[in-house]
Amino acid sequence: MRSPLVLLLPVLLIVGWEVASLIIDNPFILPSLTTVIPILLHPFSTEYTLGAPSLMGNAAASLLRVTSGFVLAAIIAIPLGIGMGRSPFLNDFLDSTIELLRPIPPLAWVPLALAWFKIGFVSIVFIIFIGAFFPILLNTIDGVKSIKKTWVEVAETLGAREQDILSKVILPGSAPIIWTGLRVGFGIAWMCVVAAEWLPGISAGLGYLILYAYNFGQTNLIIAGMVVIGIIGLLIDQVFKAGERKWFSWRALER
Amino acid sequence: MILNIQHLCKDFPVPGQEPIQALSDITLSVGDKEFVSVLGPSGCGKTTLLRIIAGLESVTSGSIEIDGETISSPNPKMVMIFQEYSLYPWRTIFDNVKFGLELQNNVMQSAREVAMEYLHLVGLDEFASRFPYELSGGMRQRVAVARALAIEPEILLMDEPFGALDAQTRNLLQKELLEIWEKTKKTIIFVTHSVDEAVFLADRLVVLTPRPGRVCEIIPIDFNRPRDRTSAEFAQLRRKVLDLISQPKCTLQ
Repeated sequence: MRSPLVLLLPVLLIVGWEVASLIIDNPFILPSLTTVIPILLHPFSTEYTLGAPSLMGNAAASLLRVTSGFVLAAIIAIPLGIGMGRSPFLNDFLDSTIELLRPIPPLAWVPLALAWFKIGFVSIVFIIFIGAFFPILLNTIDGVKSIKKTWVEVAETLGAREQDILSKVILPGSAPIIWTGLRVGFGIAWMCVVAAEWLPGISAGLGYLILYAYNFGQTNLIIAGMVVIGIIGLLIDQVFKAGERKWFSWRALER
Repeated sequence: MILNIQHLCKDFPVPGQEPIQALSDITLSVGDKEFVSVLGPSGCGKTTLLRIIAGLESVTSGSIEIDGETISSPNPKMVMIFQEYSLYPWRTIFDNVKFGLELQNNVMQSAREVAMEYLHLVGLDEFASRFPYELSGGMRQRVAVARALAIEPEILLMDEPFGALDAQTRNLLQKELLEIWEKTKKTIIFVTHSVDEAVFLADRLVVLTPRPGRVCEIIPIDFNRPRDRTSAEFAQLRRKVLDLISQPKCTLQ
């Protein structure tokens, strides 16, 4: 059990927030908790979202986008990373280009995404793809490079063919680090989706919702949207952590 | 089974420099059920020789054949046991032993039986479902031996397999290895830098010179097993081997 101390600051912040909202007495700057909680208690209702889809409807739209971009990034980055980790030739060929593209923030791709894919689903998925792609790729390369040479040679002397080495040594051996890459990649993807939903012509999504609420001056709805964004991000990170503990505990315990 | 090495040389290229000569004119043949120890100082190329036999390194010149067939890549007739870090940490002990059998497309049912049988041979039945990190260094090497034996090779190539263990565990594993060798009658080529270990284990010692490794002496050990390392005869034999390997022709480069 963790000490009750972990709950102290959150409770203080909530109490402080409520007190401050009473003092400030301006719901546009700091709405009272009593105006935020009802929104959170009705996640499937559109009555609380000023005609935009419900909280969960927006969450579903964001999750669909983020999952599409994330899965696409994983499908391309993992095989590419394994290839680059295994083949010095491929690594030399691609490394400089990747190092050049990597520091460009995903959101800097927005204008280009609009030019290429127009406004809509594909543009957003592209931005998320860019956000998730590099952490997954770099971790996969690191994971493959962390494979001990002895592991590969043992397999070779026991009669492994190239595909056996890939599926029985390289993949399981690098899986914990690839998993870390997926976790980091999903975190960045989730951050990207909120900003990408501010593009013109979007009519659903948690990012869309909080900007929409701002346009109506409804700060309580902005905060409710932010809470949902935070909770979903936290839950997904917990799922990745649970997977790490369940499948990859050998890595931390290995001497 | 006969392993034949003729005038084998091995150079390692160094960019912009003369290649490093690791082995020079090695001629050696090893027969069925023989226990041969390759003895030499660090850096004499004994590991390189073993890796060439395993098919993990190519030769620069000369020939190496098993039953008349040139060795140019790993061959399941020979399995290498490394000094350490050779178990797959994500597999249980049982699945580690089964690994080689999976590669041979062994029917799963019989693979399970064979893996269990060899796990039993090294006395680790109870640890089947444990993971390598739960085992001591000595136990891990027993698992590596079981995994190697499970695919029924003709030759076990052992590269200082007990070098990372404490002295007590090392002596215990040497005894166990001899028992396993008596039972399975494999050929064993065992690389070590310890005279004591080599004399305790082998039928024949192949003494290499410092780099580039050449065969300096081949010393038959005709001394009945089990050998008592505290006996006077053992001490004498060890003395003799130490004298032989410290002759100028074995120590000069």
